Amino acid sequence: MHRFSCLFVLLAMLGLAGCEPEQQSVDAGFAGLGEQAEGFTEVSPDRRFEFPADHGAHPDYRIEWWYVTANLTDEDGREWGAQWTLFRQALQPQTPLEAEAGWNSAQVWLGHSAVTHAGGHKYADRLARGGVGQAGVRVEPFEAWIDDWSLAQARDTQGQDSLSALSVKAAGEDFSYQLNLTADRPVVLQGEQGYSRKSEGDQASYYYSQPFFSVEGAIEWEGQRHIVTGQAWLDREWSSQPLAANQQGWDWFSLHLDGGEKLMLFRLRSTDGSHYYSGTWIQPDGETQPLAPGAIELEPLDETTVAGREVPTRWRLRIPSRAFDVTTEPLNEQAWMGTTIPYWEGPIRFGGSHTGVGYLEMTGY
Amino acid sequence: MIERLGWVLRTLLSHWRRHPLQGVCLLVGLWLATGLWTGVQALNEQARDSYDRAAGLFGEDNQSVLVSPGNQPFDQEYFVTLRRAGWPVSPVLQGSVTLNGPDGAATRLRLTGIEPLSVPEQGSVVGTIQQVDLVGFLVPPGRTWIAPDTLAELGLSSGDTAQLANGHALPPLQSLAAVPPGMLLVDIGVAQRMLDQSGRLSQLLVEGAFAANQPPLPEQVALRWDVRDEGDLQRLTDSFHMNLTALGLLAFIVGLFIVHAAAGLAMEQRRGLLQTLRACGTSLRLVVCALLLELLVLALVGGSLGVLSGFALASLLVGDLAASLRGLYGAQVAGQLVLDSQWWLTGLAMSLAGTLLAGGSSVLKAMRMPVLAWARPQAWRDAQARSIRRLAIMGVLLLLVAGILIYVGESLLTGFMLLGCLLLGAAWLLPLVLSLLLRGGRKLARSPLGHWFWADSQQQLSGLSLALMALLLALAANIGVGSMTEGFRLTFTSWLDQRLAADLYLRPESQAQADSIEQWLSRQPSVQAQLPSWQVQSRVRDWPTEVSGVIDHPLYARRWPLIEAVPGAWDQLAQGRGAVISEQLAYRLDIELGDAIELETPDGIWTLPVLGRYADYGNPKGQLLVSAEQLNQRWPGLEVSSIGLLVDEAAISDLVAGLQDNFELGGFSLIDQAALKRYSQQVFEQTFSATAALNTLTLGVAAVALFTSLLSLADARLSQLAPLWAMGLRPSRLAWLSLAQMLMLATLTCVLAIPVGLALAWCLVEVVNVQAFGWRLPWHWFPFQWLTLAGFALLAVLLASISPVWRIVRVGPTQLLRQFAHNA
Amino acid sequence: MLEVSTLTKSYQNPQGPLQVLNGVDLRLTAGHTLALMGESGSGKSTLLHLVAGLDQADAGEIKVAGTSLTGLGEAARAAYRRDRVAVIFQQFNLVPSLKVADNLAFQARLAGREDTAWLALLAERLGLASLLDRYPEQLSGGQQQRVAVGRALAVRPPLILADEPTGNLDEHTADEVMTLLLELVREAESSLLMVTHSARLAARLDRQVTLSAGRIVGDSLP
Repeated sequence: MHRFSCLFVLLAMLGLAGCEPEQQSVDAGFAGLGEQAEGFTEVSPDRRFEFPADHGAHPDYRIEWWYVTANLTDEDGREWGAQWTLFRQALQPQTPLEAEAGWNSAQVWLGHSAVTHAGGHKYADRLARGGVGQAGVRVEPFEAWIDDWSLAQARDTQGQDSLSALSVKAAGEDFSYQLNLTADRPVVLQGEQGYSRKSEGDQASYYYSQPFFSVEGAIEWEGQRHIVTGQAWLDREWSSQPLAANQQGWDWFSLHLDGGEKLMLFRLRSTDGSHYYSGTWIQPDGETQPLAPGAIELEPLDETTVAGREVPTRWRLRIPSRAFDVTTEPLNEQAWMGTTIPYWEGPIRFGGSHTGVGYLEMTGY
Repeated sequence: MIERLGWVLRTLLSHWRRHPLQGVCLLVGLWLATGLWTGVQALNEQARDSYDRAAGLFGEDNQSVLVSPGNQPFDQEYFVTLRRAGWPVSPVLQGSVTLNGPDGAATRLRLTGIEPLSVPEQGSVVGTIQQVDLVGFLVPPGRTWIAPDTLAELGLSSGDTAQLANGHALPPLQSLAAVPPGMLLVDIGVAQRMLDQSGRLSQLLVEGAFAANQPPLPEQVALRWDVRDEGDLQRLTDSFHMNLTALGLLAFIVGLFIVHAAAGLAMEQRRGLLQTLRACGTSLRLVVCALLLELLVLALVGGSLGVLSGFALASLLVGDLAASLRGLYGAQVAGQLVLDSQWWLTGLAMSLAGTLLAGGSSVLKAMRMPVLAWARPQAWRDAQARSIRRLAIMGVLLLLVAGILIYVGESLLTGFMLLGCLLLGAAWLLPLVLSLLLRGGRKLARSPLGHWFWADSQQQLSGLSLALMALLLALAANIGVGSMTEGFRLTFTSWLDQRLAADLYLRPESQAQADSIEQWLSRQPSVQAQLPSWQVQSRVRDWPTEVSGVIDHPLYARRWPLIEAVPGAWDQLAQGRGAVISEQLAYRLDIELGDAIELETPDGIWTLPVLGRYADYGNPKGQLLVSAEQLNQRWPGLEVSSIGLLVDEAAISDLVAGLQDNFELGGFSLIDQAALKRYSQQVFEQTFSATAALNTLTLGVAAVALFTSLLSLADARLSQLAPLWAMGLRPSRLAWLSLAQMLMLATLTCVLAIPVGLALAWCLVEVVNVQAFGWRLPWHWFPFQWLTLAGFALLAVLLASISPVWRIVRVGPTQLLRQFAHNA
Repeated sequence: MLEVSTLTKSYQNPQGPLQVLNGVDLRLTAGHTLALMGESGSGKSTLLHLVAGLDQADAGEIKVAGTSLTGLGEAARAAYRRDRVAVIFQQFNLVPSLKVADNLAFQARLAGREDTAWLALLAERLGLASLLDRYPEQLSGGQQQRVAVGRALAVRPPLILADEPTGNLDEHTADEVMTLLLELVREAESSLLMVTHSARLAARLDRQVTLSAGRIVGDSLP
């Protein structure tokens, strides 16, 4: 779910974020984007997922992403976080064939990557045109890439899901990583069989995850190589509708519980204070239970000044029906992604009724 | 205080109401000086802006690029391969297209396709596009970005669509100021479609920091490092603009001579007025304030007129300028003049500074003037004589400096300093030389009237010397520049005759076409020989150079003129044992016969001994002729760039028709010798038409200077002539004598201007041209041209003298008598 | 009104310093007229120029209406020339590019004391009323000097200085101009210090002082 953020990032990159109204009059092409939105396929509750085809791109939807976060530990016991994201944005609806037709492709790709530890946080981004091979997603063997960054199937998975053995790499200034991800359970559908509501209205997305990755690999930080192991979480999501007009940001959690359970929680903040809550409780065997909006309580505890903004970096999370009551602490409170539209994204630790690690993303601050 | 300043100013200005002609002269001087200078600056500014736009297209001056070894388009897979290897590269495809305007006229434009998401964006035009309308640019139908000036020249407006000659329709046009003139900027995909180059790129831009140490390319990527040539434009055209600037400055200085003369006269005539002002209780400070304010007003009025006419002048000349820059350097300069406020302000500031310089001495004079004035004409005359001697000494010093500069000067700048020293030194020596000549004439005089004639001429000299200096400057500049242009024209024409040995030249569009043309030609009995050549754009020690491969054919030895060569140069070249190089390349790199040139090729360094040197006028880049066979070995996959044909003269038109029918060769793809010559000469004429226009104007300015000075002397003249009248000479006789005096002085100046002009021409040909263009012209004499110019100068002097002399004829006894009364 | 005490002045000549004034003491009471006489080179014009503030004395003091000229700067002396005195020159020194009317009002305007009624009266009395639109060069010598007289009187200064005002005029015209000058000086309630070499004209003034070699050698007052 994360990550309507990317939508805004892209919109801003492409001058569409609506903050410069005088440019809208420049031509019909831009104003026409609203009309073009009509041409995109809408998200509806009755869709059946088909794998591996749905691991690939859906250019008839406006926006889509492949999102990996990893909580890692090096040989000295030091904790790390790593993030790898590829966003796709269609400037106009296209069939998959059109989307790959050279420069005629209206697909724009955006990559974000970051490495975080208690003493530092580095990030990088990439931007590319689709259609010619600079960036894209291939279903078989699976690969999502932009420039020299990639998330690729590591070997023949022999009947298992193609996402169950992945190799992910990215590099930025003074950092790089290469991680091997393996999962022994199938992907998990979020929401109602993968239909994830984002508001009381029509806003929704298709959303599935692979939260059961175990990781080994290496991180290079300022010339130093660190061998790391840990767990990772992959999110896949696509949609055509932006957020509701009054939704200004969100807070999103992906949690690896020490007992083997996984938990996804988010709230979308409305300007009128009526926040929209959602979540999924995932058993160690992959069994999912959607959490009703009323079952979730998220309470910011402490704010930190990050890049000149007040961001709540300590939280109390409660699901009374599951006797779940924890307090989260960031690994590095300054995990700021200073990209075009900036947001906070970093590894966290939590304790209380349950313990474990996870990732937190906060936008709109 | 303000009120008092108002009254003082009003009193000072009342002088101009009584002497309107004097005021007009001063304004005309300022007007001409500012007009010519700002006009030239406008042209330079315009060109520079165009270069900046071209160079700044991708943000960096010396943008590193990757191109194919033979500069041919290459597969865009290289782009993907490099990106996937982490290289920050961005694809570009460039080509020429012909656009049919609304009036049916065809215009050739450069089409550039870019990929806005990957382009290095710092400060670039493309960066601007990203902010303006990126989605419109990317999403079909897309956009064609074009400079507003080019759009206007085409007679189109934003939102229009246009059809290319090859049948493709451009995306809707949209004007964007930062786009270089003459360029269509489209998305890379659109460019591939428009140019029929699907999946092909012409270069890859590389981010500056990454390209800084040119890392080695991955093995499978067969590209080479290069630097975008748009950045070279500034360098290649520098000398051209420096020439223009020098001319503009000359005109400015000559104009200031006029201002100086008129301002000095006005001060002389207002001595009494200033003293009365002081006696009636105006403080010196207030007087100086008022005088400065008066200068300021004059400068603003004259300057504004000047800047306006400078703009008009530049608008008139900008077409020629753009054409010659395009012809000479391939540089695109907008043909529509667009100037910012800074240019206007600079023009006014220049006028103000000029006025202060030219009129400041009279204000200084006013400051030193005591309240109680005892007019001492003799003292003033003594001062003048002293100043003639002082000027002459400074003139000699300047000429000495010029002499030293000939030996030690090594740059274009010192070349122009040499010109400045020569001209100014000669001008400052003029009054003394004239005065000595007049003294000689006096010794020869027999009659008392003759005696008076020479003595009086000498006395006139001090008042006229400035104007005569201006005349000398203008004439010398005309003779010098004229000699150079004429010499160039002669050399250039005969050189063209020799050099364009083939009868037909054609440029195939592709190797496939070249092959079929060759086959077709070999079946034509009228074709005596085919001379194909291959070209590679390269750099020799960082200087942009074209390497041209020629086949072994006796025509080269027979018709290609070499300035100097080792024995058997062409044979050795054919055997691949060296290269002949253009004169400017030899000069730029200081290469002599027998030295070796190192060329970078895809498979390493190619060392070529220099076998000969040839003139290559009009080409700013260096050129290098090598064996075609060797060139094709070193750069595999080169396509034929042009074919020269030797054809039976009678069959030329049939052959042209046949080629056009069979291969659709049009425009510059197929051109016969005569047309090529015509085109080359046209470029040449355009190059010097701006120069010629400015030169003529300078002569005009000198005539105005002379007129002003004569006018200023006319009053004093009457009192000098009155005694002669009293002694029985008729006014008409006096008028003739005055006219004869003027013409005599002017003739002497003209005669003196000829050697100065020749010295100037020598400096231009032997020093400045060599520095600026890298070629040396043979020396020619043009006595008829000198006579014509001198004739024009005398005519100008005659015109300038008519009104003052007429005044003497028309003057009545009362006015002459009054001269005595006033002197009493 | 005017107090001159132990005034000395010398000029630098190629032959050495030339003592022009050698300790001159002179007093002039308000409303009185005084003729300064003497041979050429006696120093009378120099004395006049010093009093006019056109030049500076080497030593001694000049006081006009209680104000001392000693130590005044250029600007202050200009203000003094504008407000306290008016000079009538032998060569008239009119502004050739200004019309008669503007020449008349010239100094008054500089002094900020333009009085149209008084100017009209002056023009009438000086016989210039019909010539106001002409330029100086279109006037005769007598007319030009009348303009110069008018210009000086237009300011109504406490002290009027005249340097051979009729030297360029014939006897008849000179008498006429003189009469007008004296009448108008009286009407303006000014004092007059006039340099002249004509005993006949000098006699028409209240008092006659004679200079010789830079000293006062004769005074009609006891």
